[in-house]
Amino acid sequence: MAQVTIDGRTVTLENESNVLEVARKSGIDIPTFCYHSELSVYGACRLCLVDIEGRGIVPSCSTPPADGMVIRTNTEEIRKIRRMVLELLLANHDQSCPTCPKSSACKLRELARRLGVEEVRFPSTHIPVEVDTSTAALVRDPNKCILCGDCVRMCSEVQGIGAIDLAYRGDRVSIQPAFGKKLSDVECVYCGQCARVCPTGALRPKSEIDQVWAAIHDSEKRVVAQIAPAVRVAIGESFGLPAGSINTGQIVAACKAMGFDRVYDTCFAADLTVVEESEEFLRRAESGGVLPQFTSCCPAWVKFCEQYFPDLIPNLSSCRSPQQMFGSIAKSRLTGDLSCDRENLVVVSIMPCTAKKFEKTRPEFVQNGLPDVDYVLTTQELAQMVEEYGIRFSALKPESLDLPLGFKTGAGVLFGNSGGVTEAVLRYVAGKTGSVDTAAAVSTIRSDDGFREAEVSIGDKKLKIAIVHGLAAARRVAEDVRSGNCGYDFIEVMACPGGCIGGAGQPVTFDRETRRMRAEGIYEADKMLQLHASGENPYIRRLYDDYLGTPGSETAHALLHTHYRSRKRIDGEVISLITSGAGRRIDVSVCMGTSCLVRGSQRLLQEMVSYVEERGLEDVVNIELTFCLERCHNGPNIVVDKNIIEGCTFEKARIAIEDALGSTVGVADMAER
Amino acid sequence: MNNKTIEITVAGDATKGAPVPSKTKTRKIVICAGTGCVANGSLDVFREFEKVLEERGFRTLVGEATKEKDPGNGDGIRTDPDSNIRLSKSGCQGFCQMGPLVTIYPEEILYTKVVPGDVEEIVKETLESGRIVQRLLYVDPVSSRSCTGHHEIPFYQRQHRFVLKLCGEIDPESLQDYRNRDGYSRAEQAWLRMTPEDVCNEIEQANLRGRGGGGFPTGKKWHLARIEASTKKYVICNGDEGDPGAFMDRSIMEGNPHSVIEGIMIAARAIGANEAYVYVRLEYPLAVARIRKAVADAEEEGILGDGIFGTKESLTVHVMEGAGAFVCGEETALIASIEGKRGMPRPKPPFPSESGLWGKPTVINNVETLATVPLIIDMGATKFRRLGTHGSPGTKTFALSGHVANTGLIEVPFGITLREIIYDIGGGVTGANGKIDPNGFKAVQIGGPSGACLTAEHLDLKLDFDSIKEAGAMIGSGGLVVMNTSTCMVAIARYFMQFTQNESCGKCVLCREGTKQMLGLLDDIIEGRATLQTIELLEELASAVRIGSLCSLGKTAPNPVLSTLRQFRNEYEAHVIQKRCPAGECRALSKPVIDPAKCVGCTACARKCPVNAIHGERKQPHTIDPEICIGCGVCIETCKFNAIGRN
Repeated sequence: MAQVTIDGRTVTLENESNVLEVARKSGIDIPTFCYHSELSVYGACRLCLVDIEGRGIVPSCSTPPADGMVIRTNTEEIRKIRRMVLELLLANHDQSCPTCPKSSACKLRELARRLGVEEVRFPSTHIPVEVDTSTAALVRDPNKCILCGDCVRMCSEVQGIGAIDLAYRGDRVSIQPAFGKKLSDVECVYCGQCARVCPTGALRPKSEIDQVWAAIHDSEKRVVAQIAPAVRVAIGESFGLPAGSINTGQIVAACKAMGFDRVYDTCFAADLTVVEESEEFLRRAESGGVLPQFTSCCPAWVKFCEQYFPDLIPNLSSCRSPQQMFGSIAKSRLTGDLSCDRENLVVVSIMPCTAKKFEKTRPEFVQNGLPDVDYVLTTQELAQMVEEYGIRFSALKPESLDLPLGFKTGAGVLFGNSGGVTEAVLRYVAGKTGSVDTAAAVSTIRSDDGFREAEVSIGDKKLKIAIVHGLAAARRVAEDVRSGNCGYDFIEVMACPGGCIGGAGQPVTFDRETRRMRAEGIYEADKMLQLHASGENPYIRRLYDDYLGTPGSETAHALLHTHYRSRKRIDGEVISLITSGAGRRIDVSVCMGTSCLVRGSQRLLQEMVSYVEERGLEDVVNIELTFCLERCHNGPNIVVDKNIIEGCTFEKARIAIEDALGSTVGVADMAER
Repeated sequence: MNNKTIEITVAGDATKGAPVPSKTKTRKIVICAGTGCVANGSLDVFREFEKVLEERGFRTLVGEATKEKDPGNGDGIRTDPDSNIRLSKSGCQGFCQMGPLVTIYPEEILYTKVVPGDVEEIVKETLESGRIVQRLLYVDPVSSRSCTGHHEIPFYQRQHRFVLKLCGEIDPESLQDYRNRDGYSRAEQAWLRMTPEDVCNEIEQANLRGRGGGGFPTGKKWHLARIEASTKKYVICNGDEGDPGAFMDRSIMEGNPHSVIEGIMIAARAIGANEAYVYVRLEYPLAVARIRKAVADAEEEGILGDGIFGTKESLTVHVMEGAGAFVCGEETALIASIEGKRGMPRPKPPFPSESGLWGKPTVINNVETLATVPLIIDMGATKFRRLGTHGSPGTKTFALSGHVANTGLIEVPFGITLREIIYDIGGGVTGANGKIDPNGFKAVQIGGPSGACLTAEHLDLKLDFDSIKEAGAMIGSGGLVVMNTSTCMVAIARYFMQFTQNESCGKCVLCREGTKQMLGLLDDIIEGRATLQTIELLEELASAVRIGSLCSLGKTAPNPVLSTLRQFRNEYEAHVIQKRCPAGECRALSKPVIDPAKCVGCTACARKCPVNAIHGERKQPHTIDPEICIGCGVCIETCKFNAIGRN
């Protein structure tokens, strides 16, 4: 058996891919900023250096272990270098730690303490830059960035997006959205996974705490909360309780103590989602509708689909997410109960998620200027409020959720885990048709792989299901669907690894084990409830009887369903390539959207730029890049003086430019200049 | 004037279409068209020759290929049977300082610093009357002797032009010229008469070591890639030569591009690759153009492409331009750059031989290394090893610059001493006044910005990869900057640190932040803000950056600082303790002083001083109050009597 010696102790190798993992297994937590087992090895932070006999000092993250290796993790030299690394980082950091929201969970701060850095011997080289607060979900604060690149790799490797990347060289390096634009103008889907792995406060959820306090303190307002399933199994971590412990009752007690009028459960809305989404699926299956049906509860996935797979929008379930179903039902049903008008009813969601902050601002979910959901707090923010208030969370006596919107079945709770929606839908369908055999599929559905396939039988029909988490995996499945040869009927997509329990709003952890324990907590919570299938929820039944009629009814559609739109990847101002002088100009925009790009718009652009340069037309022709003219199926598209030319070739573009030139000056004259 | 025949022309050398035997004595005019000479106007000289020769009735054979406007018509020179003079351009001949260079064959008369106005005289005197134009000859500054040709010039005498041999002799844009000198016969030999293992063995036995800096054994590298079981492998030629002042690879690519391609073909045979990239830095437009043309010509001739030498194998060569990042000379960053990613190094392992370009086994060699390969195949490993030293066989090109009489590109066998390079080839050290100063030598920076300083104690060290490493420096890509006693070593270290700081890719903390802080500490020393603790901190930081950085750019960035600290610690200490720059170079530390013996009391300086630091009676020697003086130096410029200097 292959063995290595770490600091004098023998450790047996078990297929670890690098020395760092071996050391961790042996109980030595080698410090690092840029190593994450779920991301590629980057080797930038230089903290994980170890001394290997015969090789000298090497980074443990990128060194594969080999039989007989003699490794020392803490030599005088290594300790000095580690401290030096932290001093260098701190010298180029804004060091506003006491007021940083990430303060208590900041890895830079923690490692500076752990490694005994008591002084920074270098002068500060930090140059303040603007903080990007453009999105509803995330704050990007480059002043706190240590350039470990974790966010970049998360966004491109796990989420398959690449909304941010490194720009420039030397000491001017920074992490930015494309073309230095704001995060709100690029293809970020606000999943916040970048913030989840960020070791400092450089990327973090945008706080809505102050707005919620203001609503609570406003005597005119009635403030109600909805608690998402994944919150209850994670919030305890902020108060020293183990991950996965179920703290629903404490959350209710804390919220009530802080002044919330009612505390309800998003799981109720999840039950409602199950009913609507299952019925939609059965309708599609029976009437030959568009299949596979994609789930739509994850707002990051929905935006992703709108951006990259507009052609698959018909496959997205039209159901709103549980958060938005809750908002919609609350705003239309609770005003009576709480004797207030719609303007004064404030719905606060407590979510594991940053994308929910964006979702609530979608115009589809705002009626006459009033949003269905007013504020979204992450699990972290709720914990922060509890701390600010001074409540001793772990000593709280559990209290009950309010009725009717606080009653749920186990199926609603399952939404917190990847695979949960699928399992809940299957339970509903089984309950309804009585002929579904799900037992065999459950172990697959509950596994942790980023991509799972399961098959179940409904009567004599076979149902092929895919479950994915992580948007890079979602992209692969969506591409399969697009190619038309995957044969799936139902596909569940969650943007975050592990589903909502791994959301970016959850208490900060870099430990994979935490995620597993939260997932177990969700299954435990399901077990503890009396009812397990959404169709059995008596309050849901009553809601249909009293108000909605039947699933899929007109009222149900108005309140519980939505529509989607094709979305540009990049917004904001265009990017100028050739800028002409004053006077009469011809404006040419070339679309660089995905669809036009694959249809050859880049080559077209190159030809046009060389044409303009060769003819010396730089003074008259403006060439700009644009992103999507929304005629994707006919690309490549360009605009010449406000006329869109679809299916453009260089010849067509040249003629259009020359025609436009002809209307001002003779082309021959131009060429002579 | 009627057509004239020059007696020296050897008949039979100009039969149309027939290859010209390589040793034929032909009346030929070769004009250096390396970047240095081109910048000094050698293309104007070329055009002037065309004009004057025509005016004076010579039949000139100007290869179409050498005409600037029309590089299309490929290989070689049109050889009409009754013509007399061949006019040709060459690649860099190394002696850039004296360019434009014009060589007249067969006498091998070398004219230096030729301008278009000299051309008529050269034609009349040398071509028509057989006389030498004395004023255009190189004069050796040491002996004051005029040298008629390369063979008489000390700069060339002590060199061993092996890899560079054909640069300066053949037309780099002519495939035929290259073939006439056995070009591509070595590749043919490797593909038809050697197995891949044979090729690797031959290179391994030759102990060819990578010329790009590290000196890793090329044969070993090839073996590692060869034994990888993959149907797709790549060869990459690293032409991203980024050291300031270094232009060895550029000269080879410009002067003999086919030798690089032949080297690539042999490497491809050795490892079983069917695709190759030549990665050339963007700042080398002429090298890019010539490599591109060479690839196109080789494809046209069927040398590259499908069915190499009648086999079923193929080899496609792509030429790719870098985008100006120094770090892309690092192999993993270069690979990322070819893949269209940001040019950043990644940790090794895996090494490129295992997982390189697009994750496939890849061999990446420097230009000079690849250009040496055909020569080894030609002469065999045993004969090759007679050149140079046991541990470092062969020759190495260096870019010699700084305070030496002769600067330029040189090629020498390993084992030569620094003394020979500086005093024989370089013609000696020049002092502050530009004249030769026999006692002027202070140090030599070897290996570019990542290299280190060597001093007088190393002058007789036999240069090779290992001896230099033992002395705490590295061969690097081959920059040699000679410094005289007027050079401040702290300022030199700062200069190189500025370069590496700007060129850091910014990925790893130690290189990105560490070089920036080192630069700041050096500034503190140079500008008089430092204490002894500054030096200690600088040393500790430099050592952390050296040990802990991700790639060799970072690992070697502190070398100039560490080596100057080692060799010239007293200079650092003088800066911080006495606030004095021993070389008098650091402005902030050196203040003007008036020599009372020379001062006539004209008061001009006192009137110009912006801070009124100069006092004195009219017609009496003045003095400068060092407490008030800000060291701007206006007084020095103002003084007409040369009475003010710096302390």
